[in-house]
Amino acid sequence: MTSEVLLEAGAPSGAAPPAAITTSGLTKRFRGGQVAVDAIDLDVPRGSVYGFLGPNGSGKTTTIRMLLGLITPTEGTFTMPPLTTVGALVEGPAFYPYLSGEANLLRFDAADPSAPPRTAKARAAEALERVGLAAAAGKRYRAYSLGMRQRLAIAAALLRPRRLLVLDEPTNGLDPQGTREVRALVKDVAAEGTTVFVSSHLLAEVEQMCTHAGIMSAGRLVAQGTIASLSGGRAARIRIDTPDLEAAARVLAALELPDVRVGSDVTAELGGHAPERINAELVVAGVAVRGLSVVRTSLEDVFVGLTGEGFDVDG
Amino acid sequence: MSTADTQTGARRTPGLVPVSETRRSAERAAAPREPSVLSEPEPSGGVVAFWRLLRSELGLTFRRPRNLIMLGVLALVPVIIGIVLKSIGTEDADGGMGALLAATAGNSLMLTFVALSALVPLLMPIAVAVVAGDSIAGEAGTGTLRYLLAAPAGRGRLLAVKYLNAVAFSVAVTAAVAVSALVVGVLLFPVGPVTLLSGTTVSFADGLLRILITVGYVSAGMAALAAVALALSTLTEVSIGAIAATLVLIIVTQVLRAFPQLDWLAPYLLPTHWSGFDGALRDPIGDMSGGLLAFTAYIALFLSTAWARFSGKDISS
Repeated sequence: MTSEVLLEAGAPSGAAPPAAITTSGLTKRFRGGQVAVDAIDLDVPRGSVYGFLGPNGSGKTTTIRMLLGLITPTEGTFTMPPLTTVGALVEGPAFYPYLSGEANLLRFDAADPSAPPRTAKARAAEALERVGLAAAAGKRYRAYSLGMRQRLAIAAALLRPRRLLVLDEPTNGLDPQGTREVRALVKDVAAEGTTVFVSSHLLAEVEQMCTHAGIMSAGRLVAQGTIASLSGGRAARIRIDTPDLEAAARVLAALELPDVRVGSDVTAELGGHAPERINAELVVAGVAVRGLSVVRTSLEDVFVGLTGEGFDVDG
Repeated sequence: MSTADTQTGARRTPGLVPVSETRRSAERAAAPREPSVLSEPEPSGGVVAFWRLLRSELGLTFRRPRNLIMLGVLALVPVIIGIVLKSIGTEDADGGMGALLAATAGNSLMLTFVALSALVPLLMPIAVAVVAGDSIAGEAGTGTLRYLLAAPAGRGRLLAVKYLNAVAFSVAVTAAVAVSALVVGVLLFPVGPVTLLSGTTVSFADGLLRILITVGYVSAGMAALAAVALALSTLTEVSIGAIAATLVLIIVTQVLRAFPQLDWLAPYLLPTHWSGFDGALRDPIGDMSGGLLAFTAYIALFLSTAWARFSGKDISS
């Protein structure tokens, strides 16, 4: 199905880390025939921080809703830890506006049949403390700012120790400082052994906090693997800023660099060449070099390559 | 209880395969790195957890200003009726309700029956429809439904809690009217033996007992309406839609009852039975089983409808 799935390099036999989430042919077709999620095979390793990437409308949230039992898959199966051990943030915060932050947390804790009631207050206080809302615990949700609401939603996901944390666009509405705090929080939680499944369309964010990623495009999972395997999948390129475009291209071609391209600058795959040697060759050939750099493929390049143009890259 | 149990098994619904069955040994091998979720003292048990969620629900309902205002307004009506009756006196109170009104002026307990007769056709149903119609649709509209279900509240548990909460509010609505009328009646009118509609006179204590029976009967009628509103509430994400639909149903049935040609239909309409509590004002106490049977049938039918709709519904709000 997923023609471009990048699998992780051969795991030693029998010692493959068990998965926190696996899906097999998971599909959601809405009434009217629109296929929101098309036979995806997720493999989220235990203990990983898994970035679930994709343009808006690529099926990320629908997938998360299926995992959380909110909508029924049309086809396919999945495995997940039991929901009582899963903390979730789905499609933005949603709370009772006339209740305080603390009362809201207690409300959702009451809905969890396996949450011990005796420790509820203490756990709510701890969760609020953790997201920096302790001072606003008694304030009505209505008076919370967007960032505070987002934090409260994260606090709700952290009410109990979790085996799995599902965070759908967790940094939406947060200022840069809040975004950093969320990243730190995710790191903390992951360090405790919780698997984190975080959906995002912010590539930089995923690159910074995730160990693994899966990329969705139009309902399909087009790539999946460790961050290193995803962004390392493509070769580094050398980029030369010069007025003598043709001359530079000839030099690179003479050095047998593959895929030489001429645009406003000249680029080529670096292969095994040393950049300083290429520079020397250029100078010897009389090419005026204004700048020379090695561009390693980022997740973003992989991403845009897989999902096409029009992606909302505002990260 | 867990989603794992409900989604797999005999039905072969696509969906969750219990982790325990798929990777038992692998799970254990990696266990040390996990937070000790599983070794946490496992809770409280189903009943305690259910009661906790119900208490949370009741807390939301009975602390919410909107609902308190509705209860307050309903409790105010008997006060107004009492003052009006006191000021106009019995002489002017002839006409349709003459007998009951005259009886009110003669005895404090009768105000309760007068007040319930006045409020049961529309005002009390409105209050119940607001709470029950809002129950699922309101949570869906604000998005809290997805978090309750992910908690995981469980769809059956949540629906049961929502309905029991609506029943509690139905009882509260009826009790608010009855208690207010009782207090006002005792303050404004003579306290003593009560003359019933059938002409016999019973003691004040017997009269109180009959009020209790009435409150029970009317509450059951409102609980039946709550089942209808709950079913409508599972159909939409806009609570005002569910509330309005319930009110339209009430008004249409009340209009239908006004046509003598449709008398054959009347026994099947819910509002027909709401005023059946006058049996409590006769000696011996009149037969109310027809009404109670209708209420039971409505509750069974509409709770099944609500469950059929809600159990498999895609929550995309």
